Amino acid sequence: MALLPAALRRLAPLLALAAPVLGGAIPGTVAAAPAKVVTVSIRSFAFTAQVITVAPGTTVTWTNMDEDPHTVTANDKSFHSPALDTGGKFSFTFTRPGEFAYFCSLHPHMTGKVIVKG
Amino acid sequence: MDPHDHPDSLDRRAALSRCAGWAGTAALYTVGGGVTSSISLDTALAAGSATAAVRPFTFLQISDTHIGFDKAANPDTRGTALRAVERIRALPHRPDFILHTGDITHLSRDDQFDDAKQILSGLGTPIFYVPGEHDFLDEGQGKAFLAHHGKGMLGTGWYSFDHKGVHFVALNNVADLQPGGMAHIGDAQLAWLKQDLAGLSSSTPVVVFGHIPLWTVYEDWGWGTDDAAQALSFLRRFGSVTVLNGHIHQILHKVEGNVVFHSARSTAYPQPTPGAAASPGPLKVPAEQLPTMLGIRTADFVRGSAPIALIEQTLA
Repeated sequence: MALLPAALRRLAPLLALAAPVLGGAIPGTVAAAPAKVVTVSIRSFAFTAQVITVAPGTTVTWTNMDEDPHTVTANDKSFHSPALDTGGKFSFTFTRPGEFAYFCSLHPHMTGKVIVKG
Repeated sequence: MDPHDHPDSLDRRAALSRCAGWAGTAALYTVGGGVTSSISLDTALAAGSATAAVRPFTFLQISDTHIGFDKAANPDTRGTALRAVERIRALPHRPDFILHTGDITHLSRDDQFDDAKQILSGLGTPIFYVPGEHDFLDEGQGKAFLAHHGKGMLGTGWYSFDHKGVHFVALNNVADLQPGGMAHIGDAQLAWLKQDLAGLSSSTPVVVFGHIPLWTVYEDWGWGTDDAAQALSFLRRFGSVTVLNGHIHQILHKVEGNVVFHSARSTAYPQPTPGAAASPGPLKVPAEQLPTMLGIRTADFVRGSAPIALIEQTLA
C-alpha cells in the first residue's frame, strides 16, 4: 500500500478524467470507504428479506437456516451458489447498478431480488 | 385403515382381503374411482384383447430415503432405510421389482449414492430409479445421479419399460427448474413421452412414476409440476393410468378421470401436511412416533379383483 500514493500521482491526470465516470470504482476511493456487507437469511423456504436495496460494492451474504439444502441462483445465471446445507453461506459482491432477481434452483418457488443503486 | 386413506367400498375391501391377509399391520387401500371396467383383468382376459397379456404381479415403491440426512427429524436415515429393507425381505411375496421415486440421497454425494446402493442391493431385486431434487443438486446438476443410475436412461434421466403387459414410464421433473415455478418436465422429455406412448393400445395399463407430484398438491410450497397438464393430455386416452410420486413424504391420493395419483411416505422423515406449517421441510415428531410416519408401498396387479391394489406399510 505504501507504493500506492506514488502510483496514484503518476495516474493523476488519468484519474481526474475518470473520476466522474467511474465513481466508487477508483481503487483509492474504495479503500477509504468501509466495506459494506448485507446479510439475507434463508429460513422456512424463503429469502428474508426477499427484496433488498444496496449500494454498488456491497457484498451480500446468504445463510441457510433450514434443514433442507437451498441454492442462491441468479435468474440470468450471472451468479450461483453451490447447494447450501444447514448453516451454509454464500457471498456475492454487487459492483454494478441494476436489479438482480434470483431463486432457489431446488425449490424454484423461492425467489428474491437484490436492487443495486448508488 | 390409515387415516389418510380414501373411502373404499365394502365389496372392494372384501375382495382385497385375501391380499391384505399377508400385510400384517399394513394399512390397505385400493385404487377406486379412476379405474374403468375396460381394464378389469377378468374382462380383458375373457375378451382375449391386447391386455390379455397382463398377468398378476407385485411391485414395490420406496421413496425419499435421503441417505446422508442426519438432523433432528431423523438422525439415522440409514437405519430407517435398513428397516424398510427388512420389511421388504419379510414380504411373503417377493416383488418383481422396486421403484425408487427419488431423493435417494440428501446431498447428491457419491458416498451417499454408494451407501444407498449398498443398503438396497441386499434385496437382490431390480430397482428402477428416478431422481429427486436432492439427487440433482451437485455442481454437475445430476451428473452424480446419472453416473450412478443413468445407464439406459435418456436425457436427464427418463425411460420406460414393459412388465407383464403393463407399461411403466419414469419421468424426471427435477432438472432445470425455472424461477418462480414448480417442478418441470420440459419440452424434450414431453416430446419423448408423446412418442413413447404413441404405439400403445389404449387398453394398456400405464404406471407413471416421478419424484414431485404431477398434480398440484400445494402451489405455495412448490408441490406440483408446471407442465404436468401436457403430460396428462397424452395419457388421457388410456383406460388406466396410475401416477406414483414421492417428495412430500406423506400419503395423498387424487382421482382425475382415468388417472389416479398417489404420493408415498418417505423412509427418512415426515413433512407437514400442506399448509399446516410455515413451510415444508423435515418435521420433527416424538421418536416413538417416527416409524409410524415412515413407510413403503406394495402394488398388486390382482387378477379377478381391482386391477391394482396399493398396500401401505409403516416402519412401526
